[in-house]
Amino acid sequence: MTEPVVRVSQLHKSFGDNEVLKGIDLDVTRGEVVVIFGRSGSGKSTLLRCINFLEEPTSGTIEVSGVRLEPGPRTHRQREAIRSVRIKAGMVFQEFNLFPHLTVLENVIEAPVTVKGQDRAHSVAVAEELLAQVGLADKRDEHPIRLSGGQKQRVAIARALAMEPEVMMFDEPTSALDPELISEVLSVMRSLATETQMTMMVVTHEMGFAREVATTMAFFHEGLIVEQGPPGQVIADPQHAQTKRFLEAVL
Amino acid sequence: MRERLEQWSADIPFKVKLGMVWGVIALIVVFLFSLADFDVQWMLDHLWFITQGLPWTIIICGLAIILAVTLALFGALGRLSNSAVAQGVTGFYTSFFRGTPLIVQMFLIFLALPQLAPPNLPGLRDSLTLTALQAGVIALGLNYGAYMTEIFRAGIQSVGHGQVEAAEALGMTYRQRMRRIVLPQAIRLIIPPTGNEFIAMLKDSALISLLGSVVAQMEIFRRAQLVGRADFRPLEAFVVAAALYWILTTIFQVFQAKLEQRLSAGYVRTLRVSTQPGVELVESEPA
Ligand SMILES: Nc1ncnc2c1ncn2[C@@H]1O[C@H](COP(=O)(O)OP(=O)(O)OP(=O)(O)O)[C@@H](O)[C@H]1O
Ligand SMILES: [Mg+2]
Repeated sequence: MTEPVVRVSQLHKSFGDNEVLKGIDLDVTRGEVVVIFGRSGSGKSTLLRCINFLEEPTSGTIEVSGVRLEPGPRTHRQREAIRSVRIKAGMVFQEFNLFPHLTVLENVIEAPVTVKGQDRAHSVAVAEELLAQVGLADKRDEHPIRLSGGQKQRVAIARALAMEPEVMMFDEPTSALDPELISEVLSVMRSLATETQMTMMVVTHEMGFAREVATTMAFFHEGLIVEQGPPGQVIADPQHAQTKRFLEAVL
Repeated sequence: MRERLEQWSADIPFKVKLGMVWGVIALIVVFLFSLADFDVQWMLDHLWFITQGLPWTIIICGLAIILAVTLALFGALGRLSNSAVAQGVTGFYTSFFRGTPLIVQMFLIFLALPQLAPPNLPGLRDSLTLTALQAGVIALGLNYGAYMTEIFRAGIQSVGHGQVEAAEALGMTYRQRMRRIVLPQAIRLIIPPTGNEFIAMLKDSALISLLGSVVAQMEIFRRAQLVGRADFRPLEAFVVAAALYWILTTIFQVFQAKLEQRLSAGYVRTLRVSTQPGVELVESEPA
């Protein structure tokens, strides 16, 4: 319980001369739901992408349930460490990124079978449960092209969950959706947090969702977390001038 | 008069008109050949001899396309890799084989390769001595592989970066990503132009005749040359050869069109008109 699921220490990331993350420290404990918010370009996506090394940090350390990662050459050992972090940290993208050549079910079982070497029949059974959980049991044999955006994102959530991650990372999961489809995705995420106590890191500007589900809110400003605390405190009584200004704009 | 003609023309279905045009062209060709002392009987008599080259043409191209696809795949992965060695090797390969004539490559492989062996190693020399057919297959494979490297590279690059990232985020290795996610999607774009390359290769395989293959392994064109020269009937022989190539490429074109249709599963949200009476529209099932 004391060991955090995700520990980010002194994380720096630059793209050329542009320093996007300027020393992020963040612990996420089991069952916690951290909502990350802040202006466009403040580095929220970059943080999530550094945690699973889709971007290589410039410096700092990442620890995901006991596996420690530091930037360095991609030796065999480093690659395996990165892979084990990726398996432990599920990721849901703004643009869904479902595999179009596979059916919904195949999307969900692909990684358990290919990456974890799980038995196919077992994976199918698990996948069917997960699809039922996100309300898409009847779509198992469709191809993604025939799904709405909200359905695609729910499949993407099921696909990530199929790997039995320790933490789920969501990068603006509803930003690409039509307004009427947002709530179906948020409600899946809400039940993930409340019913299965999934540890989650969510970049979102859905403040209603944050207020209700977040245990911690972290406000990003120019590559730093400038304010952090429970939603009741951060939303109701922001301390930092930038947080105040941002909340006034979105609420 | 003119109006009546136009009306008459408008009443004929387009496909029928197209057929008529082809028919007229065929008649003109037949007429021209009849002027040129064309021996139809000789053609019929030697049809079988030349047709026996058909399986060889198909075998040559079948083997060469397998080689070409393999080379193109590794060529494309090499060109897209970060490794200087992989990029250098594949860059050299595509540059050379696209930059020199196929016929020159054939002769280089056929004639020059054995001479690379030092004289004191007759064993090596023997194993570098290829039959015309072997040299032809290798040259065709290397040459087409170099062109197809670009096709494969473009196909692989067309798969969105988001796909690669999603696969990476799920913990897939490079090989798993390529095999399970990228290549199955790229293949849809790779197959049509690869089909075109294969059809082009069927025609280019005639060049192997210039290496002079043994009688038992002669493809279409070599047989046509041989028998045409012997009987002083080259025109008739080449007409037969042309017809055989034409039939072959046409068959493959039909085959390729069918394949392309099947490959679009999962990408089109089509409504297909049913051929069954009573059912107006059915949603097509992705295969
Ligand atoms: N691959 C990259 N190469 C260069 N610069 C990048 C790259 N990715 C991100 N950046 C830059 O890093 C900064 C932070 O980007 P990031 O995507 O993390 O912001 P964000 O907080 O997620 O914003 P948004 O709300 O728009 O998604 C931006 O200035 C962006 O231009
Ligand atoms: Mg972002």
